[in-house]
Amino acid sequence: MKNLSILLLMLVAGIFACSENKQDTPVDNQPDLVADSNNGDIQLPENFGAVVVSDSVGRGRHIAVNENGDMYVRLRRAKNDGGIVLLKDENGDGKADSDKYFVTSTGTDIRLYNGYLYYSHKDGIYRIKLENGELPENWTEETIATFPTQESGHVSKSFTFDNAGNMYVNFGSISNACQEEKRTKGSPGQDPCPELEVRAGVWRFSADKLNQTQENDGYRYATGIRNIVGLDWNDQDNTLYVTQHGRDQLSELWPDSFTDEQRRDLPAEEFLRVNDGDDFGWPYCFYDQFQKKRVTAPEYGGDGQQSERCEGTKDPLVAFPGHMAPNDLLFYTGDQFPDKYKNGAFIAFHGSWNRAPFDQAGFFVVFVPFNNGEPSQDWEVFADGFAGPTPVKQPRDAVARPCGLAQGPDGSLYVVDSQKGKVWRIFYKSA
Amino acid sequence: MRRLVFLSFAVSIFTACGTASSSKNEKEDEKLSVVEVSEARINAGKEVYQTYCFACHMQDGGGVPNLNPPLIKSPWVNGDKETLIKIVLNGSAGGQYEVDGELFYSAMTPHNFLSDQQIADVLTFVRNNFENKASAVTAEEVLKIRNALKQE
Repeated sequence: MKNLSILLLMLVAGIFACSENKQDTPVDNQPDLVADSNNGDIQLPENFGAVVVSDSVGRGRHIAVNENGDMYVRLRRAKNDGGIVLLKDENGDGKADSDKYFVTSTGTDIRLYNGYLYYSHKDGIYRIKLENGELPENWTEETIATFPTQESGHVSKSFTFDNAGNMYVNFGSISNACQEEKRTKGSPGQDPCPELEVRAGVWRFSADKLNQTQENDGYRYATGIRNIVGLDWNDQDNTLYVTQHGRDQLSELWPDSFTDEQRRDLPAEEFLRVNDGDDFGWPYCFYDQFQKKRVTAPEYGGDGQQSERCEGTKDPLVAFPGHMAPNDLLFYTGDQFPDKYKNGAFIAFHGSWNRAPFDQAGFFVVFVPFNNGEPSQDWEVFADGFAGPTPVKQPRDAVARPCGLAQGPDGSLYVVDSQKGKVWRIFYKSA
Repeated sequence: MRRLVFLSFAVSIFTACGTASSSKNEKEDEKLSVVEVSEARINAGKEVYQTYCFACHMQDGGGVPNLNPPLIKSPWVNGDKETLIKIVLNGSAGGQYEVDGELFYSAMTPHNFLSDQQIADVLTFVRNNFENKASAVTAEEVLKIRNALKQE
């Protein structure tokens, strides 16, 4: 009898505990995962946890996760003769149980679209048809588009899709600031900058047509963007959003106009909403987040204050501190995280290299809340600690550098690092 | 620091042995040019490095993945002096110099505004730092290549 009442008490307490959990939890979609100790050496907000899917897949760039949980990581450098690695978690503990390296090319971006795996190389975009969501044993590669060979500058190509059969591709600039003499002190800007005809913007292509070229099939959708690595389509407002890498070396190239402290912080890294025909000002202007305006670049006669050359250019939605390299963008549409995350934007910052002699900064994943379709200026650091406990003087010292983001079918957030290719799966735990 | 101590030790041996043995066989010449690395030149070269190079190649010579090549154990740094001097004078368009199977895509500024002695010093510093070990570069060698480039 005594035993029975204890049993009953435990049962009731159990039910009570369960229902309490239910109330604290915004959704009932938590994965059945156990977080790694210390969350794989990153810091997360309360009630979030992370498992390390794999700790060294190779030099990771971007990542895509399929409906069946298959994870594809695009590599910057081939490993095991492959430029993509497919990771499978067979037993559902969040850890990769197998890896398969395939395709010979290397590159940055990778996405799943209409039953295909799309991936970019610096000079083209390719795809493989999956069979029932699986990579076939005898896969074949199709060429969606090839681009003029680019041997230097911002060579990586990133892309995304809208819901109307279009694909948007970033063409980064070759130069830093379109100077007559590359990265040379006091050298004026080429005017007009010839790069804008074929680079430093977003070009639109068909998502399905094979063998397209930039010249014949590409449509210049937006211009004046120095370099993009992260772009994503927002289904809420059916609009393209991107993150721009701002220019370098204001004080080295124009020491009379800018101090090293100014160069450390300027110009802003930019979160942009991109509509057809937009111009964001590069190379004629850059965005000063302290004055909250675009100012004329010194190569075009700017003194850091006036905005003569910036008429008609569009401002960023959010301006981040300089040089932190926003390398991926993801609108969160899952049901797993609390409500505030729904339809907000995660941005993976790769971390800076040209803040020296000051410490490097920005090796983290940021969250930008959206309210009624507009981003909040109060962005917050969501995941931090990737670089390790000691100050980073040079990027090589960072233990890990976040570079790619993906959302899993259950709403988990995946982050991939570019140093060794560590992959985290971040999930919301019951409170 | 330990390297500098070693170098100055090597230099002092060189000095102690005297300069009488200047014209020896080729092998000896090679050795001599290594020993010519003096602490003064290294320090002068380090100053040039701290002013013009470290922002891109980094304090430890490790470079930036994908963008700026590392100088640590670089075949370009330890290799042929002429190529190395040309890189400093002309800069680079980027994407040209492979190190350890990787390419680096940022452009390098031409540093022809530096004096022959500054270029000699900084290259001597770089060739004897960052785990590199190679012979010194002289101002005369830089001048010769600077003049040759003007002819091109």
